[in-house]
Amino acid sequence: MAKIEKTEKTVVMTEGDMDRVLRRIAIEIIERNKGLEGIILLGIQRRGVFLASRLRKLFIEIENVKVPAGELDITLYRDDIPTLLEQPVVHSTSIPEDIAGKKLILVDDVLYTGRTIRAALDAMMDLGRPDNVQLVILVDRGHRELPIQADYFGKVVPTSSSEMVEVRVNEIDGEDRVLITEEVKEGLA
Amino acid sequence: MKWRHKGLIDLDEWNREELDIFLQQADYMEELLGRPIKKVPALRGKMIVNFFYEPSTRTKVSFELAEKMLSADVVNWSASGSSVSKGETMKDTAWTLEAMGADAVVIRHGAVGAADYLSKKLTRASVFNAGDGTHRHPTQALLDLHSAWKKLGKLDGKKVAIVGDVLHSRVARSGIKAFSKMGASVTVSGPETLMPKDIQSLGASFVSDTKKAIEEADILYLLRIQGERQEEGLIPSLDEYHLRYGATPELVKEGKVLIMHPGPINRRVEIASEVADGDNSLILDQVKSGVAVRMALLYLCLGGVRA
Repeated sequence: MAKIEKTEKTVVMTEGDMDRVLRRIAIEIIERNKGLEGIILLGIQRRGVFLASRLRKLFIEIENVKVPAGELDITLYRDDIPTLLEQPVVHSTSIPEDIAGKKLILVDDVLYTGRTIRAALDAMMDLGRPDNVQLVILVDRGHRELPIQADYFGKVVPTSSSEMVEVRVNEIDGEDRVLITEEVKEGLA
Repeated sequence: MKWRHKGLIDLDEWNREELDIFLQQADYMEELLGRPIKKVPALRGKMIVNFFYEPSTRTKVSFELAEKMLSADVVNWSASGSSVSKGETMKDTAWTLEAMGADAVVIRHGAVGAADYLSKKLTRASVFNAGDGTHRHPTQALLDLHSAWKKLGKLDGKKVAIVGDVLHSRVARSGIKAFSKMGASVTVSGPETLMPKDIQSLGASFVSDTKKAIEEADILYLLRIQGERQEEGLIPSLDEYHLRYGATPELVKEGKVLIMHPGPINRRVEIASEVADGDNSLILDQVKSGVAVRMALLYLCLGGVRA
């Protein structure tokens, strides 16, 4: 397999933008749910997990409420595995408490085809029956293949399908930034 | 990451890095065992044939559970009551299975090299060795590594003593290699009549004083003594075996060494009940690891796309 080279095309969000967007989303969640009663945050592996933990910190800051937070790995529920170039690796799943009857806030970094969220919903239904599920997305890049929409989103970024949206988080990438990158095919400049 | 193996015949094919990745994956699979619905659609549409020429309980059941939890379609094929008992050769049976569309075959066979032979006859389907004669039992070694690794954090520098019928044991042969590959050192002990001549070449050293071998070990791995070894004159009697080589409370000091056994155990032969049921026994952890490890194996080898 040829090595994938990427060029950075545009910075969609800076560190400051990300912080402001998450703060706004935190307030919207509190507003729409009239507080944080019965809320569970669930981050989708891997970057959704870090975004969920930031929302949790913001909830403490704004409302002084500690919301249970967990992480969800959806690798085993994916239907697009045969199109992936690499072997999918399973990450950990930990659900903080019984999700039955709770309001689940699902958090992911990028919304694209909608297939990840479809898989996450399937995984969740196997884990219990929440009252409702709300979706937080940092970047919505379009190109949906399933009827799935976010309840809260940071930014809508129109992209072409050859482009990639990269959300970088300090915890694993060493910086907070959202970029549009494009693959450079070998032999083409 | 790219997983380069499509099946598993012998752990010789795996390197240390792959073992490390594997153990972590098995850990995440174990989490599934605690869910209310222990089933994920990861291998939906894959057909797996469990082909057992020899009797087996835990290996067969844990492979089957792992397959079902990953939503594969499972077909069980045993030698008795099938075309095998009508004299069909393994090659023809293999081709029949493949013609039926099997994506993978899990095979247990009394002959050394059976799984390897089958994998060479099959063009498309993956083969998983569930034990071939006295040769190898790689998934047993993986589950042993997983339970020990989970308990101890890492296996580098640990000492493993394998005691019992090493000569007839595929569990020991695979275990010695696997533990060594993870950085542990392995000694074997037991009656000399039950020690293979090529023990050094396997990577283990023989310690004739079983008491000493156990004292120095972090893990005591006991092998099952089959009753027929007595009839064959390899051991004097089961009682005497128990006194000299068995894991008794006198020999195994409380809280010092972890106890492992591939099962099924012979109480009062290779292991005393107090030791088998004691706090330091990993025997049931091994059973639990058995399902998780086979899930990880099937998923890594059959999930995703093979380039």
